[in-house]
Amino acid sequence: MLEQLIFGKLTLEAIPFHNPIIMGAGAVMGLIAAIIVGALFYYKKWGYLWHEWLTSVDHKKIGIMYIILAFVMLLRGFSDAIMMRLQQAMAVGQHTGYLPPEHYDQIFTAHGVIMIFFMAMPFMFGLLNLAVPLQIGARDVAFPYLNSLSLWLTVVGAMLVNISLVVGDFAATGWLAYPPLSELAYSPNVGVDYYIWALQISGVGSLLSGVNFFVTIMKMRCPGMTLMKMPIFTWAALATMILVILAFPVLTVTLGMLFLDRYFGMHFFTSDFGGNAMMYINMIWIWGHPEVYILILPAFGIFSEVVATFSKKKLFGYTTMVWAIGVITILSFVVWLHHFFTMGAGADVNAFFGIATMIIAIPTGVKIFNWLFTMHGGRITFSTPMLWTLGFITTFTVGGMTGVLMSVPAADFQLHNSEFLIAHFHNVIIGGVVFGYLAGFSYWFPKTFGFKLDERLGKCAFWCWIIGFYTAFMPLYVLGLMGMTRRLNHYDASTGFHPYLVVAAIGTAIIACGILFQMIQLIVSFKNREKLRDTTGDPWDGRTLEWSIPSPPPFYNFAVTPVVDSIDAFWEEKQKRLANNGAVQKPHYTDIHMPKNTGTGFIIAMFSGLFGFALVWHIIWLVLVGFIGIIVTVITRTFSTDVDYYVKAAEVQKIENEILNRAN
Amino acid sequence: MSTPALNHHAHDHHHDADSMDIFGFWVYIMSDCILFAIIFAAYAVIHNNTYGAPGIKELTSLPYVLGETIALLASSFTYGMAILALYKGYKNRVMGWLMITFLLGLTFIVMEVNEFVHMYLEGHSWQASAALSGFFTLVGTHGFHVSMGLLWMLILMVQLAKNNITPVMMKRLTYLGLFWAFLDIVWIFVFTIVYLMGSI
Repeated sequence: MLEQLIFGKLTLEAIPFHNPIIMGAGAVMGLIAAIIVGALFYYKKWGYLWHEWLTSVDHKKIGIMYIILAFVMLLRGFSDAIMMRLQQAMAVGQHTGYLPPEHYDQIFTAHGVIMIFFMAMPFMFGLLNLAVPLQIGARDVAFPYLNSLSLWLTVVGAMLVNISLVVGDFAATGWLAYPPLSELAYSPNVGVDYYIWALQISGVGSLLSGVNFFVTIMKMRCPGMTLMKMPIFTWAALATMILVILAFPVLTVTLGMLFLDRYFGMHFFTSDFGGNAMMYINMIWIWGHPEVYILILPAFGIFSEVVATFSKKKLFGYTTMVWAIGVITILSFVVWLHHFFTMGAGADVNAFFGIATMIIAIPTGVKIFNWLFTMHGGRITFSTPMLWTLGFITTFTVGGMTGVLMSVPAADFQLHNSEFLIAHFHNVIIGGVVFGYLAGFSYWFPKTFGFKLDERLGKCAFWCWIIGFYTAFMPLYVLGLMGMTRRLNHYDASTGFHPYLVVAAIGTAIIACGILFQMIQLIVSFKNREKLRDTTGDPWDGRTLEWSIPSPPPFYNFAVTPVVDSIDAFWEEKQKRLANNGAVQKPHYTDIHMPKNTGTGFIIAMFSGLFGFALVWHIIWLVLVGFIGIIVTVITRTFSTDVDYYVKAAEVQKIENEILNRAN
Repeated sequence: MSTPALNHHAHDHHHDADSMDIFGFWVYIMSDCILFAIIFAAYAVIHNNTYGAPGIKELTSLPYVLGETIALLASSFTYGMAILALYKGYKNRVMGWLMITFLLGLTFIVMEVNEFVHMYLEGHSWQASAALSGFFTLVGTHGFHVSMGLLWMLILMVQLAKNNITPVMMKRLTYLGLFWAFLDIVWIFVFTIVYLMGSI
């Protein structure tokens, strides 16, 4: 009784000591954490960590931390992928592979959840943080403290998923946790609860970021930058943030109702007492479909920037690009039902959603042709970001076409839940989102850190990724047409699946080499950073404002707020400068208003983590501690008036001169 | 919103910072609007799934809910009076109106909790049917928002007593005003869709 009061459902049995795979993974995670903590003590860096990073409200640092999280979670999610591919390559006929079904189910669930929520989303917000304020000539985002809170809420969500590896279990329901399977009756363990709270907490972070960047883009553009003069990546970000603001509340409600079902015995989605499981599936996809556009639109924006920069040409069809983004934004809300044509909504409903889905191919096609025409007649440099872009254009087009194929309801009845679907969405997510973000990463890396990434290793990584991708996923299209359903743990030899799955596993190994090359690339580039140093601030001969300031930018970004009068503002300025024989006007510095660092966001997120963990294990007192902790921290913050300061003009001048001297 | 009094840093670089903040709060409210919209949608789907248990019509009393409604709508009016006094700079009147608003809001919440407790004790809890799950969740989510609004109002009253009428306080009271009016509008939909349409 007392034990239950103190620990809730949590007992020592929650830790799977008998499972060597989990304990091994846990030990590795623990070891890495111990090394980091040890290093912090040894080098006495705790203060540095706290003052420079954990409490930072600087969008550039927040962006870096988002991307670190994305990379760490990429490794975790990719390990899951390797395990699944190994299992499917082994478990044929009388062999059952090395993963029991209940563990295998957790792995495919964790893979999906981690890759979408804790790899792609943080990567997206990371790149937005790095680039958007710089592209619009702003000193920070609209709400810097909220930005830090968003980051830490996302980190806490990811940590809950990682804790579930060792303490208790994770959901074994698939990445969207369909009921009634995810209801208490069929998933009595804590797995689904971890799922709910990891996503709720990070979802709030995403929503706040959405509001933050929407307001930033709408209100903080530098003088002269009208909406139709914004860089195209900023346009994509704006559309994405609209999607976040409209879609994430739906996720919150959907998971909230699942929580109420599981904790309070409500009947939203149960199979008895009038619950309606299909309502969950509708609701989760009303969020879920916009979500895939939340991921892909920023990638489209990155490709547009990269293609124009490395073709040394103005982006072809800027206006149509903006309209295409707008149309995709709107259409993304009227296609959700194509995820379950088999629900039985009838021919008319299926026809509407099928046709709406096909229509999305039109604006997407417009974009593809715009990129092609931008390259047409340009002087193309085949740098790493450009390679990712070329790989994207080809791969994404294939994925898009299989998508249109599946949007035909009659065809979907055959392909639904088959490996064909798996191949399709990895085709667009890896070929679109991952390639896009990696292109953006190598594109903005020199801006963020002040030195370029090693080109040769970057290209090796690219070739491993793209060859690995095709090797791993093209067989899955065939398997889907052969009738192999997704999430299979074991199959009969007579199905003929085995050879294809072995090829797919080899493909995964090739992708692993790509990831390895990227890690080596980071290390080698850091070692050679003096040689790769970007002293100009404009390593790619760029077109937009972020390249007009030093790399890395000073904490206030722009010493003087820029004024623009055209789309590729910095490019035009460079042309003018050339015409004037390089004469630059002497800048006039003024005081700069900056936000002060604050630990509030970090502290609120930590309480949210306690709150979530306590809810998972039904530890009532800790739930209250977490909840009250959050409220009290928020209130305390509102009593503090010491939130901003001014950088004096003389100080700005000093910093700018130092940067100039360093460059010369 | 960009009256000179609100611009506390005349040489502020992102000028109109307050109007930006209020715009941000508007955007947040729109996202909250979506949150309610989806709960309404879910309620519309399951409100007839009573699973043999009595429906909303048999369980609630319209005159009682009308009383709740009047209390909440009146509180929006009194909040408006507080804002008027705020712009004229009458601190004590602001406090007075805020207190009246708080009491009206509290009345609303107490009445709602009372309704819930009665239903629960009579055996019509959220576990009885999907329809009742939807009812408690929809009405309860609104009630939770109002309760948070009340807590917020308390804190602003403390801060007003401490700080007097400053630009920051004006901004915060504007936020709460938006929030409070928004909850009123949501309640009009709850009253219409859940109670009025439910009793036909």
